[in-house]
Amino acid sequence: MSPLALDRRSFLRVSALAGGGLVIAAYLDPVSDLFAQGPGRGGAPLVPTVFIKIARDGRVTIIGKNPEIGQGVKTTLPMLIAEELDVDWSAVTVEQGDLDAKYGSQGAGGSTAVPTNWMPMRQVGAAARQMLVSAAASAWSVPESELTTASGKVLHAASKRSVGYGELADKALAMAPPDPASVKLKDPKDFKIIGKSTLGVDTPAIVVGKPLFSIDAVVPGMLYAVFQRCPVFGGTVASANLDQIKAMPGVKDAFVVEGGTALNGLMGGVAVVADSWWLAQKAREQLKVTWNEGRAATDSSDAFAAKAQAMSGGAPGQVTRKDGDPNAAFASAAKVVEGAYFYPFLSHAPLEPMNATASVKDGKVEIWAGTQQPGSGRNLVAQTLGIQPDDVTIHMTRIGGCFGRRLANDYLAEAAWIAKVAGVPVHLQWTREDDMGHDQYRPAGFHFLKGGVDASGKLVAWANHFVTFTLDGQRGTGSGTVSATEFPARFVPNYQLGTSMIQFGVPTGPMRAPGSNGIAFVMQSFMDELAHAAGQDPIAFRLALLSNPLVQAAPDPNAGGRGGGAGGGFAGGWDPSRMRGVLELVRDKSGWGKTKLPAGTAMGVAFHQSHAGFFAEVAEVSVDASKRVRVNRVWVAADVGRQIVNPITAEAQVQSSVIDGMSQLMSYGITIGKGRAMEGNFDEYEPVRISQAPKEIHADFLLSDNNPTGLGEPALPPILPAIANAIFAATGQRVRTLPLAKSGYSWA
Amino acid sequence: MKVDFTVNGKAVSVDVPPDMPLLWVLRETLHMPGTKFGCGVGQCGACTVHIGGKATKSCQVHAQAAAGAKVVTIEGLSPSAQHPLQQAWRDLDVPDCGYCQGGQIMAAAALLATTPNPTDAQIDAAMNGNLCRCGTYLRIRQGIHRAAQINNPASKGRLSTEKLEQAL
Repeated sequence: MSPLALDRRSFLRVSALAGGGLVIAAYLDPVSDLFAQGPGRGGAPLVPTVFIKIARDGRVTIIGKNPEIGQGVKTTLPMLIAEELDVDWSAVTVEQGDLDAKYGSQGAGGSTAVPTNWMPMRQVGAAARQMLVSAAASAWSVPESELTTASGKVLHAASKRSVGYGELADKALAMAPPDPASVKLKDPKDFKIIGKSTLGVDTPAIVVGKPLFSIDAVVPGMLYAVFQRCPVFGGTVASANLDQIKAMPGVKDAFVVEGGTALNGLMGGVAVVADSWWLAQKAREQLKVTWNEGRAATDSSDAFAAKAQAMSGGAPGQVTRKDGDPNAAFASAAKVVEGAYFYPFLSHAPLEPMNATASVKDGKVEIWAGTQQPGSGRNLVAQTLGIQPDDVTIHMTRIGGCFGRRLANDYLAEAAWIAKVAGVPVHLQWTREDDMGHDQYRPAGFHFLKGGVDASGKLVAWANHFVTFTLDGQRGTGSGTVSATEFPARFVPNYQLGTSMIQFGVPTGPMRAPGSNGIAFVMQSFMDELAHAAGQDPIAFRLALLSNPLVQAAPDPNAGGRGGGAGGGFAGGWDPSRMRGVLELVRDKSGWGKTKLPAGTAMGVAFHQSHAGFFAEVAEVSVDASKRVRVNRVWVAADVGRQIVNPITAEAQVQSSVIDGMSQLMSYGITIGKGRAMEGNFDEYEPVRISQAPKEIHADFLLSDNNPTGLGEPALPPILPAIANAIFAATGQRVRTLPLAKSGYSWA
Repeated sequence: MKVDFTVNGKAVSVDVPPDMPLLWVLRETLHMPGTKFGCGVGQCGACTVHIGGKATKSCQVHAQAAAGAKVVTIEGLSPSAQHPLQQAWRDLDVPDCGYCQGGQIMAAAALLATTPNPTDAQIDAAMNGNLCRCGTYLRIRQGIHRAAQINNPASKGRLSTEKLEQAL
């Protein structure tokens, strides 16, 4: 079944390029709600588009329309077009498109680039090819059916003629554009580009240090800015020693920004503008600000934990799902296990701290920035400055990491505001401490779990009292929810999910695999506890569960929660056969149960579905007597459909997810104290370093007959519980609180 | 204050505050943005350059301390972009987002200059100060081994690159 119907009521538009050549744009139906996370939800409809330019000399330029954040999309999407256009990849140059309605959807998030663009991009390439064929048929007065294409040429075998696309480009403009839904696409067995490892188009520039990132943007007359926000979330400025700051070396301006109330918009603070960033920062260090700290000032992680513990003893605020009779099932179960699980707030901490360059002139704003949602960024800047979105231009740069942080555009609004007040173009550069202290954090979560197995070792009951957070006292946070279809819902006859909420003032937002990154740790760790309680092999126990008749046969695909990937994910629901497939594959690839391992070394397993991807992972882990942990080898089995577009990037995304997940498991944690983040830099929030990285991470893709889906996120969630379960297997110690460092663990 | 030093073989003279980190002198005063800002406290290594051939975090070096120094940045590692590490990085497509990779390559180049055929353990020790938030560490290890082979084709190297060549 195709999860997406992208080809309805679509049409092509053709126009001439200045200087000759062909431009093709596909305009397609909005794919509503696929970009199911972040503040862009509910904004402008998403309309995938791409442009092809063919110069008379045959060079092909393809626009990369989406933000490149390291996921490889600037290469992947143009590959789809080039394949169907039937040109050699070596003839292609890729250019980054700026934010422009003519390109349609431009965003990075939700692992949606491949699933939403797989057909439209190919159709664009195929439609362009069709027009070139028509042009050649017309020129030679032969039927189109006698023509073929290869390597940027149209060929007529009967007369042994051939002509390059460049020579046909002008004539092709006169051809009626075909209906993209009717164009003939290649048989996958004829793919020459799709499925071949292809070098990232920016890699040659990266290895020589070319300016690609927004931190590198330079605008004539530009000054440098820093912005001191209230350390307490949501606080505003009462007063500041601006006169003293203005007198400091290099400082050109200093002023108070009143700011608004949206935690992902322009907040209150003090801006300092100077000749150089260093002088701006030096002046900032002398700032004396009196803050109105606001209601978040009493928030703390300790208070949240105490409140959650108290709530766990009572009835949940809301019963999200109830199947069967959990209480009766627990009463009659052969074994009942209880576990209280916790995961903390997390900072995204991309290596390029938030920054943006802005120029405001005659009521129009120009921004150079890396953002995952440039359209939302344009709207936020317009709203903040009280101008129309059309008066905001966003130049999209390559981005030095995101992990969801740049779904929010607060730093764009700050740069635009400061540039407007200062009256000069400014480059706003956050410090690492700004970045860690003013993130849109992954929400913490508390899970109070109870599970029961019967005498035969079958899982018969599962109850979770989930304690999460709310800003307004009414609704949960965007990615701090557990959906009614979250596994193992529907696979256990007696099941209850209840939710209680703590009111807080901490800004939160989606983080790589939102709605899954912490939840999978909880569900798959507790699943492991139950497998051991049942005296069963952890993989056999899971396979049996996945073979259970479903309590509710047809999952509601819209019940996936705002996390985008939680429970059913966005496309096609939760298919037990696909999960069994990857679980069996990872069992076989890892040598599960067949490899003799030394004492202190063991394997752990976990699986999770998110963002339409099915992933099962095994980690082989060694733990010494001092709780020092080494992840030796990891096996990842993935089902993301029938085609991997760029294998080298796919493998890279799997490796990236594993290592990112290891950081979350061992060391990441933002502690809230007095309404602020207590951690400030990488010494207090330490990512995995190279010496801690596994020697081997194997990625195996099970090519199922499903449309291709994304890889930026779904490989992450299972690695945390796979390693935690391996630690249990190696030591008998079950860790239910993240990060592991809080329980005395460290990397070997 | 006026500070004289050489960058990528060229003599430069800058007038900057004495405590301005070399990182910002390179980026803003000399308009060489290949050296990146990541943490400002010597934790991440995105700002790694060579000073007198040694891998050095330029956010931790005051401008006045750079007086007379021979500084090499990622822009100057190879005039033809053919340093074995640059070749290897292209061969294996090491970067994800790429933000840390200039610093990674500079740290690796200093390692190879003293240890032409490093073990994994030597790589890990030399590269541990360079964070990659995207987690490209396995390809960084492979890339350094491959560069070692490019440098010295006679050596068998410590890693078979056959599989990687097939992948590409």
